[in-house]
Amino acid sequence: MLSKRNKEAFFNPLSKDNPVLVQILGICSTLAVTAKLEPAIVMGISVIAVLAISNVVISLLRKTIPTSIRIIVQLVVVAALVIIVQQVLRAYAYDVSLQLSVFIGLIITNCILMGRLEAFALSNKPWPAFLDGIGNGLGYMIILVIVAFFRELLGSGTLLNYHVIPQWCYDHGYMDNGLMILPPMALITVGCIIWVHRSRNKDLQEK
Amino acid sequence: MNKNSNLYQIIYAAVMVLIVGTVLAFIYMALKPKQDANIANDKRKQILSAVHLTPANDEVIEETFNKYIVAGYLLNKDGSIADSAQNVAFDIDMKNNVKLDERDLPLFKCKLDDGSIKFIVPVYGAGLWGPIWGYVAVDDNGSDVYGAFFSHEGETPGLGAEIEKPKFQDQFKGKKLFKDGEFKPISVLKVGKSPENGEDYVDAVTGGTITSTGVNNMLKDCLTPYQAFFNKLQNIEPSK
Repeated sequence: MLSKRNKEAFFNPLSKDNPVLVQILGICSTLAVTAKLEPAIVMGISVIAVLAISNVVISLLRKTIPTSIRIIVQLVVVAALVIIVQQVLRAYAYDVSLQLSVFIGLIITNCILMGRLEAFALSNKPWPAFLDGIGNGLGYMIILVIVAFFRELLGSGTLLNYHVIPQWCYDHGYMDNGLMILPPMALITVGCIIWVHRSRNKDLQEK
Repeated sequence: MNKNSNLYQIIYAAVMVLIVGTVLAFIYMALKPKQDANIANDKRKQILSAVHLTPANDEVIEETFNKYIVAGYLLNKDGSIADSAQNVAFDIDMKNNVKLDERDLPLFKCKLDDGSIKFIVPVYGAGLWGPIWGYVAVDDNGSDVYGAFFSHEGETPGLGAEIEKPKFQDQFKGKKLFKDGEFKPISVLKVGKSPENGEDYVDAVTGGTITSTGVNNMLKDCLTPYQAFFNKLQNIEPSK
């Protein structure tokens, strides 16, 4: 079940081959949904679900899909799954679906999905494809959560909407940094994470 | 069969779309009632927050709403009640109700625990990136604002989106719609500016000028049609 290759498919995307940090995929949603921790977590879970299921579906269909329309087939599968996620959220987590608004729909355009479907699911069996999907989804979610943690803490003084910065800090002149809430700071935060990540993984550094 | 023949591709695509379409339609139908209930409950929650009521949890929203919001009306332009059937005001979708001269005028009547009566007017307008809307609660003297709630679809977080925060909304409490017997809806002004016509005003959101102007215009556009009704309230003795 967990051969060396399967383990790699699952664990590599978490760090060594992280979709956001190393493959630089899915940056646009990383900027958009990380102002608060809660939407970032829901977005992460949604991407994991869509990515894992679409990887499995494409992997099951891989012998039947005509090469010349394979991208269209992938898009249809992903789009259908995204719509399902959106509808389910609207029915069972209405408040969160309002916060995520268009970004759930934009999972379709998340490069991680098409990238993994093309690079992995089309040429692998369902089980490794499933692990690859979960792994890449988790790798994406980890970064989302780290970025959202810093942005919500420094930008709003809250975590998961609970105030964590004590009132006396504000009384002594501390102010939430409004810039942290805006997309540019997400990019800079991602940049800092990539910096730390590369300095710890020397083999990833470009010569 | 040849996987790359035209026939195979066309059949493959057609069958795929057919299956996916059926599945999606089925899921949509299955989840629709639950989604509609969510949307209605969200609206109830918004209306209640205009009178500073927060349902304890999601299960009691409808119960709380029915307890406090005792009636809903549609008004005529002269301020008389055109229709008071159940849900007639609640069912109005403000999105489709923007034309000034032919719009319906929904109104909610709210009776609080202390027996006081508040009237809640829905408002709807345009912000920077999309629609903004809200509910304004007015005392039964037709002039004092009791509370206001605003929300938006996609205003800039941290800037225009601040209109949904208590810091902005709490300013409205106690403002007056009438000055010396004249109807003057509340303005939203940049800090430091004073109103042209002497009306009551609140401070705009810093960095959210266009959204704030949107709120300002929305209040003017949506409260003015109710002028006749507010006038009437002023002329009758406050009900006990």
